Amino acid sequence: MDEHESNTEPSTLEVTRRTVIETGATGLLLTTLPRAVLAAGPVGDNEPSPAKVELQINGHLHSLTLDPRTTLLDALREHLALTGSKKGCDHGQCGACTVLIEGRRINSCLTLAAMHDSQSITTIEGLAWGDDLHPLQAAFVAHDGFQCGYCTSGQICSAVGMLAESQQGMPSYVTEDLTQLAAELSDAEIRERMSGNICRCAAYPNIVAAIKQAAGMPT
Amino acid sequence: MKAFTYQRADSVMQAAAAAIKPGAKIIAGGTNLLDLMKLQVETPSQLIDINRLPLDKIEDTPERGLRIGAMVRNSDLAADPRVRQRYGVLSRALLAGASAQLRNKATTGGNLLQRTRCYYFYDVTKPCNKRSPGSGCTALAGFNRIHAILGTSDHCIATHPSDMAVAMRALDAKVETVNRQGETMVIPIAEFHRLPGTTPEIETSLKPGEIITAVTLPPPPPGVQVYRKVRDRASYAFALVSVAAIVDSTRGRIRSARLAFGGLAHKPWRVAQAEQQLANAPATAATFNTAANAVLEGARGFGGNDFKIPLTRRTLQSVLAEMTRA
Repeated sequence: MDEHESNTEPSTLEVTRRTVIETGATGLLLTTLPRAVLAAGPVGDNEPSPAKVELQINGHLHSLTLDPRTTLLDALREHLALTGSKKGCDHGQCGACTVLIEGRRINSCLTLAAMHDSQSITTIEGLAWGDDLHPLQAAFVAHDGFQCGYCTSGQICSAVGMLAESQQGMPSYVTEDLTQLAAELSDAEIRERMSGNICRCAAYPNIVAAIKQAAGMPT
Repeated sequence: MKAFTYQRADSVMQAAAAAIKPGAKIIAGGTNLLDLMKLQVETPSQLIDINRLPLDKIEDTPERGLRIGAMVRNSDLAADPRVRQRYGVLSRALLAGASAQLRNKATTGGNLLQRTRCYYFYDVTKPCNKRSPGSGCTALAGFNRIHAILGTSDHCIATHPSDMAVAMRALDAKVETVNRQGETMVIPIAEFHRLPGTTPEIETSLKPGEIITAVTLPPPPPGVQVYRKVRDRASYAFALVSVAAIVDSTRGRIRSARLAFGGLAHKPWRVAQAEQQLANAPATAATFNTAANAVLEGARGFGGNDFKIPLTRRTLQSVLAEMTRA
């Protein structure tokens, strides 16, 4: 069975045209699609049975039947047309695919969709309320926290998770006193905690400023 | 990625029974396994998902130590107040590894089982005795800047990439496992990871169907705990050399010391003789140098990684000087 035939959602090709128009990301989609299809690899003789998965994404329940190889990122992008989460390296090194699972940030390229059955997932598409941007989205706009924008959705989702971790008192490598259960978010702390998100345009100073604004700190 | 069947385990015993089948592989956090599967370095025919098993607790032990469930995420372990207060070296080592996203997913058991980052192990077009036994080692005469200087063999010069395991080695952790018969085994971490020898594809003492359920820590030894990691970037990079050090000293005199090293060998490296040199010795440059000699006994570079020998010496001297400063 072809991976896409087994999908209970609208087929990838149908969704593509609409998504291209909606996002205006023609170049990105055209270059990403063939690679994503190839990523599933050749189908062997002993083809495994598809996996049924229910994902609660941005408050909506989606039932999918997927090739077990489908990463969470590919499920979002290729099966649900949620192309806000980006495929950069596809090996957990760049952070462009960062989403929140049960409120915690992870690399969606390095996990299988099937592993997240019945879990709650938040992507960049789920942060804004209609036209009201999430405070981090607004702060990234205000501080020019990007140039090309490809890493931005990952940066913002990561920053949402990072501020929550910080509020919960989780330490980082640069936290001086580990026994102090609430560390102050200095620039060094923000940079260390965000080191899993690479920005090829090097918008880092503005990203740090945006995060500080969203955290209610002087920028 | 090669095709595989996916199964979610409902109990440890079910996972152990499934894992004994040829081609079956346990998946926990998956941050290393899926990376390798995408490159077809790992090609399991069946994945057994243990993410829903109740192995995610950190409990106090009667001996005043800690028992860490195999599925405790690296970020949760690093942030646990008991770990931060009593096992700072472990918290620091965990926080020195990977990125926050990866630490949120990576587990205690999976971290112990992660594979080497040797470039040639990752490149399926190149010979590698670890990936394809008997094919040869490309790293011996290749780019070997990140490779081992201790405990190597003619078959493999790969290093173990974990920071967490280095701290656990200094803390004398024990790895708790369950086999298919339901028997519990306790393996000292020193015996858990193996040197490459002639079988670099065998990395741990685990048998087929044997599953890590927990890691236990004895009460912390007296003294200050430090994890120093030397790497190419200040964050999100593997260690060239790392040291987990626990040193008890007073007024310029060392009472006792424990030292474990990462980035140097196929397993976290610890040398009893170096620790004996430091015990009841004055905290002087000469003492530190003698200890470094013991650590580096038999060290051998392969060209690109020759620098690791002086780097290890200087890192150790720096760490010991800092820790014994009055």
